[in-house]
Amino acid sequence: MTDMTDLSLAEARDGLRARRFSALELTDAYLAAMTAGQPLNCFITETPDRARDMARASDTRLAAGTAGPLEGIPLGVKDLFCTKDVLSTAASHILDGFIPAYESTVTANLWNAGAVMLGKLNLDEFAMGSSNETSYYGPVLNPWRRTGDTAKLVPGGSSGGSSAAIAAGLCLAATGTDTGGSIRQPAAFTGIVGLKPTYGRCSRWGIVAFASSLDQAGPMARNVRDTAILLAVMAGHDPKDSTSVDRAVPDYEAALTGNIKGLRVGIPAEYRVDGMPQGIEAMWRQGARWLQDAGAEIIEISLPHTRYALPAYYIVAPAEASSNLARYDGMRYGLRVTGKDLTETYERSRGAGFGAEVKRRILIGTYVLSAGYYDAYYLRAQRVRTLIANDFKAAFEIVDVILTPSTPTPAFALGERNDDPIGMFLNDVFTVPANLAGIPGISVPAGLSEDGLPLGLQLLGKAFDEETVLRTAGVLEGAAAFTARPAQWWRT
Amino acid sequence: MSVDTDTVRRIAKLARLAIADEMLEPMAKELNIILGWAEQLNEVDTGSVEPMTSAAQTALKKRSDIVTDGHMQEAVLRNAPLTEHGFFVVPKVVE
Repeated sequence: MTDMTDLSLAEARDGLRARRFSALELTDAYLAAMTAGQPLNCFITETPDRARDMARASDTRLAAGTAGPLEGIPLGVKDLFCTKDVLSTAASHILDGFIPAYESTVTANLWNAGAVMLGKLNLDEFAMGSSNETSYYGPVLNPWRRTGDTAKLVPGGSSGGSSAAIAAGLCLAATGTDTGGSIRQPAAFTGIVGLKPTYGRCSRWGIVAFASSLDQAGPMARNVRDTAILLAVMAGHDPKDSTSVDRAVPDYEAALTGNIKGLRVGIPAEYRVDGMPQGIEAMWRQGARWLQDAGAEIIEISLPHTRYALPAYYIVAPAEASSNLARYDGMRYGLRVTGKDLTETYERSRGAGFGAEVKRRILIGTYVLSAGYYDAYYLRAQRVRTLIANDFKAAFEIVDVILTPSTPTPAFALGERNDDPIGMFLNDVFTVPANLAGIPGISVPAGLSEDGLPLGLQLLGKAFDEETVLRTAGVLEGAAAFTARPAQWWRT
Repeated sequence: MSVDTDTVRRIAKLARLAIADEMLEPMAKELNIILGWAEQLNEVDTGSVEPMTSAAQTALKKRSDIVTDGHMQEAVLRNAPLTEHGFFVVPKVVE
């Protein structure tokens, strides 16, 4: 039999139900892959004992015929989700030793469905970054390398531990969160699928907050079907998150009919940016042809305020972050560095606990919210946000989905962009608008760059129309037939 | 609008963030780069546009004003750096 870790989530689910192998065998196979994969630094905390206990319980339920929809499926959890009695760090020094007494709603949904937790995955500190280099626990390495080159590449961010672990076969799938592209950009950099649902589709309760009007949890997996299966379990209304929407959760797997005849696909002119590599431009055209060949109609559209999305985001997100991160005061949890009085204790705890990128964003956020600058920066950015959301509303009068590249470049090398904050921000140029507008987006691997790195295509949909997004993504995936896998150089 | 080191010191104070003196200058430079770049938002005519404060399109749900949990002193205190007799211990704030 082939290695169990090569199975997709859907295949593993069916294999477990048919009792071809046990949940414990599957979990043990992943725990072994995780040990071998430690050089990639994907996990902040591994939970092998808990994983085996959960797998044994899954085997009992499988034998009793009471299996849940994800029974026995080994998953990784981005360490931004609070998990009961398991260290939860947000990859920050300031959450040293923080062991929540509660479970986030999204992860509780997964465990209630029978899934097995393998451990907590690395990320950019407080999800602030696009390369996973801001983690207090060190950078994650992308399992992919350029052809004929051993340079270490970033796995994207902020869900870089999630993306690298899935691409390297260290977990079957994982949770991510996406505030400005943190699911879709790392998915594109590692050749996997990542979906940011509509704002309000998944509960944010128990997820460490970054920018509350933009944050959304979502699934990351090896293919579109696995992503659909996970989303159905993660999504749903939660009385503990007033922004989670009380709306029935559709059967997303059933939406994968492969039929997109007559679907109207928008190609936004403004997503052709200067300096975008030829390969990405070509892949985008190819993607449109694939959808056309499947019976879709391709329509040129305009999203006129696209170029203002990034600067608006880099005002709104730090403003919300500076407010959210005010809770880290060294009094109730996490790191405390004592000073001569209360104020100095706050300042020292936060000064020592936050990394450079987090400090920079807190300062920007505090500045744009401070007296005299609020109207000029924050209020203006929020008005521009309205215009960006209106662009999408107008476009969705004409089209059903929008096709764009996921990122303007493939994965880059560690350290390559650290001296250039704006250059780093530009990674998110295609993903940020969906967060500002609150609409769903998915990244699907579509091919390889000239130097052998995965490239992703993004589909954006109407609010709460994840079904059309997933159905179209399924067609794109079928046509792209992306089967490339990274060489397992980390196994020495 | 240019950010100088005094401004960085003032914002850092507002944010209760200790910043080493030698970091003030580089931080001011970085903030100026980012804020300068964000000033392209001034090109947009936002005259009568309402600011967008939430992407959620529905009215907030209401719930009954009833106690749903409590009696979790141990859980509340378990992560505190310092506790005594079932309380958080914080630096003295009243002389």
